[in-house]
Amino acid sequence: MTQSSKEQPPPFERLTGTAVAIDQPNVDTDQIIPARFLALPRAEQVAHLFNDVRYREDGTPREGFPLNAPTAAGAQILIAERNFGCGSSREHAVSVLVDNGFRVFIAPSFGDIFHNNSFQNGALPIRLPAERIREMIDHLARRPDARITVDLEAQTVTGPDNWTQSFEIDSFRKQCLIEGTDDISLTLSYADAIAAHEQRAAAETDWL
Amino acid sequence: MAEAKAAQPATMFEKIWRRHVVVDRPDGYTLLYIDRHLIHDGSYNAFQRLAANGMKLRRPDRAYATPDHYMPTNTRDKSTIADPNHKRMVVGLTEHAAATGVTIFDIGDRRQGIVHVVGPEQGITLPGITLVCGDSHTSTHGALGCLAFGIGSSEVTHVLATQTLWQRKPKAMRVNIEGQLGFGITGKDVILAIIAHIGAAGGTGHVLEYAGSGIRQLSIEGRLTLCNMSIEGGGRAGMIAPDDKTYEFIAGRPYAPKGEAWDRALAFWRSLPSDDGASFDREVTLVGPEIAPMVTWGTSPEDAAPVTEAVPDPAAAPDAARRDGQARALAYMGLEPGTPIAEIPVDRVFIGSCTNSRIEDLRMAAAVAKGRKAQIPSWIVPGSGIIKEQAEAEGLDKIFTEAGFEWREAGCSMCVGMNGEIGRPGERIASTSNRNFVGRQGKGVRTHLVSPAMAAAAAVTGHFTDVRRMLPA
Ligand code: SF4
Repeated sequence: MTQSSKEQPPPFERLTGTAVAIDQPNVDTDQIIPARFLALPRAEQVAHLFNDVRYREDGTPREGFPLNAPTAAGAQILIAERNFGCGSSREHAVSVLVDNGFRVFIAPSFGDIFHNNSFQNGALPIRLPAERIREMIDHLARRPDARITVDLEAQTVTGPDNWTQSFEIDSFRKQCLIEGTDDISLTLSYADAIAAHEQRAAAETDWL
Repeated sequence: MAEAKAAQPATMFEKIWRRHVVVDRPDGYTLLYIDRHLIHDGSYNAFQRLAANGMKLRRPDRAYATPDHYMPTNTRDKSTIADPNHKRMVVGLTEHAAATGVTIFDIGDRRQGIVHVVGPEQGITLPGITLVCGDSHTSTHGALGCLAFGIGSSEVTHVLATQTLWQRKPKAMRVNIEGQLGFGITGKDVILAIIAHIGAAGGTGHVLEYAGSGIRQLSIEGRLTLCNMSIEGGGRAGMIAPDDKTYEFIAGRPYAPKGEAWDRALAFWRSLPSDDGASFDREVTLVGPEIAPMVTWGTSPEDAAPVTEAVPDPAAAPDAARRDGQARALAYMGLEPGTPIAEIPVDRVFIGSCTNSRIEDLRMAAAVAKGRKAQIPSWIVPGSGIIKEQAEAEGLDKIFTEAGFEWREAGCSMCVGMNGEIGRPGERIASTSNRNFVGRQGKGVRTHLVSPAMAAAAAVTGHFTDVRRMLPA
């Protein structure tokens, strides 16, 4: 099933790379990309990732914001505190991260819709225990160029201190990411079941 | 559908979920059928993607559209939208609806409004159905006893193409409000108290069912407000069992069943409430009479406190992470620890949004505004053209304009400011919307979430005020 219904990033397997840590809980999608940029064409949104916390009024970068560190360039992994991506359903919050090179988000928990939207954009959200997250954030504070490995097939994250921690992922989502499967083509293979359901429902709840 | 014989007691969520399963995969994923799909002007990309792939909309008869996010609320003339990107969203919805056969309540139609106000108002939202929309506040609709949740733009395309969604079954959580709510307490105060209690991630992965005497007591408007903010408590959806108030609210609405179909529907709806003994994965209980008018002081909806209390002191926070978080929030909000909330001056008031723009909300605000004068710029943005008409028929617009409030057209407006209606940096806004995030109402804007009555009280006093002292008994 290779027919794709959108700009699908390549299938995901394994990556080793640097990471950026946003050491805050409840990072909402309004922060990831403020509402006023949502109507812009996707190519123009890329410059506005974390716009209002990342840049000053005059457009110059704020020192201290993790994405502005020189070591942030080229990072593919984003690490954050609990409830990352809470708030609105805007899928731009995922696509702008992906367009900035991020393929993996690691946090103790995520906003539910952000979590779903990640898979829709070929990105992998990983839930790890809060202590592991803390370790990684502290380590990155000392060694911002530390490298982390994410192996989707094995479902493991290998941290900068060489510990390896496994993570849970739905086999359905895992398969879609590894194969680059598009949900819609998969669903259309169930067309008969959908039609059967519609027939049954039309009889039972005929007022709809 | 084959029902188990000696059925286990089931939750309402479980009953609705079960009826909508198209495919259950062994890996735990379910293809869920979607009965009704609401669409707004932010769904431009979803339609574009459908068209770009040469796919057809499977059930145009199950989709209803209305523009709300990008249309300014001081005009009904689309040609005056200055920003070409905004205009493309609003005009695009009209064009996409025409091309696909989706019903649209467009600008200029009295039925236009905020998508989560329009659904229940038109009788599109009904008990027992599955309903989705590409907007997180779709949880609103669960107030009528259905399973309604927000989805992302790719999922909108998926629903357009297949009328289904892949879902992993969420867990069920019951939030009980036991005991009657006090005088002047609204659905908004209840939900802010709940979120302050469970936290902004408290409901993650769960569908929240609100129950108990404090919930039954609420009007349908109050229940819609409550379910609206389920997402702010991390919930996938919120729901309330339908009762006679629900049926009375729905009867006669344009897309609701009529005649014999109504009787059949009603019999079915009465079977929906959770059975006695149904088990929930989690349960929390709040004491209704203890809930006071609430005000948020920080930058997460969980940062809420009774108006009678003071801004918290980060030094007293239980751990370092929370201390840092509170300190950061207070710095953004420009607040000193220990300041009584009722002494915080307010610069502007916004009464509107899918949380609080219904007729009851406007009546409550008008009861406070009547015969008084707004001390600060204050907007009233009704949730739909129909609500605007009704308010005008009741003379509420006169009360507001005589009190110096601005009376505007229906839309999302300053809730998110996508249409350009935003506050100034540093401005402190008492807002009836649902999100007090950093920058939500404009860069550097400080948002305090309150009920419509509390917002009106702030407008006429210039600071937060316990509205219970101002409401006519
Ligand atoms: S009123 Fe606000 S929360 Fe509701 S749909 Fe509009 S922008 Fe979203």
